[in-house]
Amino acid sequence: MSPFAPILVSLAAAVLILASGRRANLREAWTLAAAAAKFLLVLALLPPALAGRPAEAVLFELSPGVRFALRADALGVSFALLSSGLWILTSVYSIGYMRGLKEHKQTRYFASFAVCLSSAVGIALSANLLTFIVFYEILTIATYPLVIHKEAPAAVRAGRKYLAYTLTAGVVLIAAAAIVWRAAGSLEFTAGGIGGLAGAGAGTIKALFVLFLAGVGVKASVMPLHGWLPTAMIAPTPVSALLHAVAVVKAGVFGALRVVGFVFGPRLMADHGLNMVLAVFAGATIVLASLLAFKQDNLKRRLAYSTVGHLSYIVLGAALLAPTAYAGAVLHMAFHATMKITLFFCAGAIYVRLHRENISQLDGVGRIMPWTMGAFALGAVGLAGLPPLDGFISKWYLGLGAAEAGRTAAILLLVGSGLLNAGYFFPILQRAFFRPAKEKVEGKGDASPLLVVPLAATAALSLILGLWPDLGARFMTLAKTAAAAVFGGGP
Amino acid sequence: MGILNNSPALPVLILLPAAILIPLAGLVRERLAYHLAVLSTGLAAAVSALNLAKVLEGGAIHYWLGGWFPPIGIEYVLDHLSAFIVLVVNVIAFLVILHSRVLVAREIPAPGKHVPYYAVALLMLCGFNGILVTGDFFNLYVWLEISSLALYGLVAVGGKKSAVAAFRYLIMGTIGASFYLIGLAFLFTSTGTLNMADMKAVFPHIAGQPAAAVGLVLMVVGFGLKMALFPLHGWLPDAYTQAPSSSSALIAPVGTKVAAYVLFRLLFFVFVPEEAGRGLPVAQAVGWLSAAGIIFGSVMAIAQKEMKRMLAYSSIAQIGYIGLGIGLANSFGFIGAVLHVMNHAVMKALLFLTAGHFRMRLGHSRIPELDETARRRMPWTTAAFSVGALSMVGLPPAVGFFSKWYLALGTIDRSNWIFLGVILASSLLNAVYFFRVIERLYLVKSGPKDGESESAVSEAPASMLLPVLLLAAAIIVLGLLNAFVVKGVLQAAVPPGMT
Repeated sequence: MSPFAPILVSLAAAVLILASGRRANLREAWTLAAAAAKFLLVLALLPPALAGRPAEAVLFELSPGVRFALRADALGVSFALLSSGLWILTSVYSIGYMRGLKEHKQTRYFASFAVCLSSAVGIALSANLLTFIVFYEILTIATYPLVIHKEAPAAVRAGRKYLAYTLTAGVVLIAAAAIVWRAAGSLEFTAGGIGGLAGAGAGTIKALFVLFLAGVGVKASVMPLHGWLPTAMIAPTPVSALLHAVAVVKAGVFGALRVVGFVFGPRLMADHGLNMVLAVFAGATIVLASLLAFKQDNLKRRLAYSTVGHLSYIVLGAALLAPTAYAGAVLHMAFHATMKITLFFCAGAIYVRLHRENISQLDGVGRIMPWTMGAFALGAVGLAGLPPLDGFISKWYLGLGAAEAGRTAAILLLVGSGLLNAGYFFPILQRAFFRPAKEKVEGKGDASPLLVVPLAATAALSLILGLWPDLGARFMTLAKTAAAAVFGGGP
Repeated sequence: MGILNNSPALPVLILLPAAILIPLAGLVRERLAYHLAVLSTGLAAAVSALNLAKVLEGGAIHYWLGGWFPPIGIEYVLDHLSAFIVLVVNVIAFLVILHSRVLVAREIPAPGKHVPYYAVALLMLCGFNGILVTGDFFNLYVWLEISSLALYGLVAVGGKKSAVAAFRYLIMGTIGASFYLIGLAFLFTSTGTLNMADMKAVFPHIAGQPAAAVGLVLMVVGFGLKMALFPLHGWLPDAYTQAPSSSSALIAPVGTKVAAYVLFRLLFFVFVPEEAGRGLPVAQAVGWLSAAGIIFGSVMAIAQKEMKRMLAYSSIAQIGYIGLGIGLANSFGFIGAVLHVMNHAVMKALLFLTAGHFRMRLGHSRIPELDETARRRMPWTTAAFSVGALSMVGLPPAVGFFSKWYLALGTIDRSNWIFLGVILASSLLNAVYFFRVIERLYLVKSGPKDGESESAVSEAPASMLLPVLLLAAAIIVLGLLNAFVVKGVLQAAVPPGMT
């Protein structure tokens, strides 16, 4: 199976969606069909990746010596499975959400969504830095129509801010790639680091590190580059879910994992002390983002700051330079997605059903929307890192990795951050379940099944992956394979 | 085929008679002028493609006009560089001429002016082709004058304001041409030849003389002016803005590129500037001026309210990319610069043509007055504009990204971090002024008087849409396949001895 197939299927879907804009049911059928097909096509890449013989595809040269090439290795397949799998649920949810609110310009919305997913899987499977940049920039542009979807002045401002951050990051990344090409003579992602880079001077390496940190740090929203993310919360909720859990920010942290493991490599990182710099940025982000989350009354903004913190778990896992920590980071990339998407889905369902956005309005909501708030509770418990949810598993591995690397500070950070997570999530649950409702609500029951089924499914997924982390998509094995490749095959 | 033996001269030999035939054909039927123009530019483009194929196969083609050998006769040379740029110029010209029928009828309403318009346009293109293929410095001057005089006419035909802009351009253009001629006189008196290859052979012997340095600098300044190299760009914004849209779409993508070609030829093929007396850093000076021009042009573009004027300032910035590549004087810089000749020609042709669509259908192209109406009525035009804009910003896989990529590699090889910063900053400045327009086209709700003109405004006719969509597709396809162009043509075009 060519790794190009899952990219093309959603690109073709985008065209079909645009062509059938007048017939809403047909249009949505394309989305769902493409999502299902895409997931199956990515799933076909799983066995070769696990067997250590990743599927490859080469089209033509993008620049003399650099080919437009894909390689479905364990790390890439992990991200591709996560994004394409969650796209199915997000699509169902999107249909419910967009129709529930009678949103305008749904054709543009669904088409952009499909292009986003194409580029996310393209990012996952890119075999070299230039191919990666091509998809990375397409993702930037395809997300823009989603961020400004509401077209209100605030949305337009959020769009500008988003572009200002991400385009600048893209440009910086291009500079980094050009320097790597001239310094190392290769842009191929190589497990353990691009060999030619070892010969570069210390100044070049440090400059490259700063460029890469800025280049992928914006989408990974490492502080102080996170400013666009809370602002972009103006977008419709399924978009926030996409931004946060499925594609955009995950493309950023995925980029960080690639850069640490496949461009610099653990040895070069350690030799130049780059891991410490990265760890300090990540650690500071984890603490600050959690503290800022307390201050947010708007539910989506609180979730946004929570995301900022959790993304830096992944960056921290990469920075620890221990196999177990790297595996934990890859796992957290996938598992954080299942939990965070649940929470966003819940926030959206509350908005569609009750038109409430703020946490202070959530008194007694648990009794009106038991399914939604039940799922929310599961997601919140998982993000706090408690068993039996998948958030516990990934965090456990991160902690083990920190111990392996002998970084007590990192362990304390993870424990402390878990407490902070509990601190800003549990009051929401307390309001929802244990306080009486302040105002009468018209109608009865939870939100529409199109909304409740996906969020229940992602919550169930978080639970199942917490109990059997290697089930189905084999995230655990993929993570360990990726870590073994990076640390076993080093130069 | 016997006729193909004359191949370097063929585009000229097609366009010049056509330019003369058009007024005659116009006497029979006015519409014939357009058809003849399309036919001849199409033919010229096809011949240029064949020529490039021949050059790729067998190397440079030399042709001696009238069988007179240099240094007495005039030599025409097609090598990789000239064959490539000739093809770019003729293909773009063909598409723009193809597009022009409705727009010319609309923007030049005076009866009887279409026929001379096409005649003059072909004369200008003929001049461009001549400059590109000639191997003789004085012949180059002749073609320069032919193309320039025709160009002033194409600008002036737009109306009262355009006549002023054209007059200004005429004065400055003539000064530029005079610089070139005086510079050439210096070199001629020192070397005794006008033939480029001869000049190259003789030059090392006179390299130390002040006359050589003065001559070279004067020639570079002359063409720097024609190329709108900052700060010699003063003529450009008015000329591009006031000219009819068809003219600006014809002049902007190719006109300045031809001048840039002459700089390539002068600085890298005929003279080695470092030899031209006391290590004169001519190419480096061009590079630094261009870097300043990139920033200046981009900032000025942000300040513009009229779309065509914005595109004009953007051209000054984009010309800077080519100059920057010249300044780098290494192979990546050269490849980036020559690739950008093609890339920018495709992008700017597309953008000026779509600006023409807006002018025709909305009656204006003032950015603050654009809104959703444009997008609703002209979805294809707007989409094509957006593709061009994203490419100008330099987002992969559009062509605009790859010029920047090669130029960036060139700056790294020179360790010139300021140039690298300029290239990257320019991307972001481009984003500012293009997203400003895209935002209006897609997001600004149309005003209350929208209803009355509902039926009046609709998508541009197919004859205009087809070239625009072709150009938009070319932006993506040429971007993805740029390595074929670079490896197949440009790497062979890199001047000998350049690394």
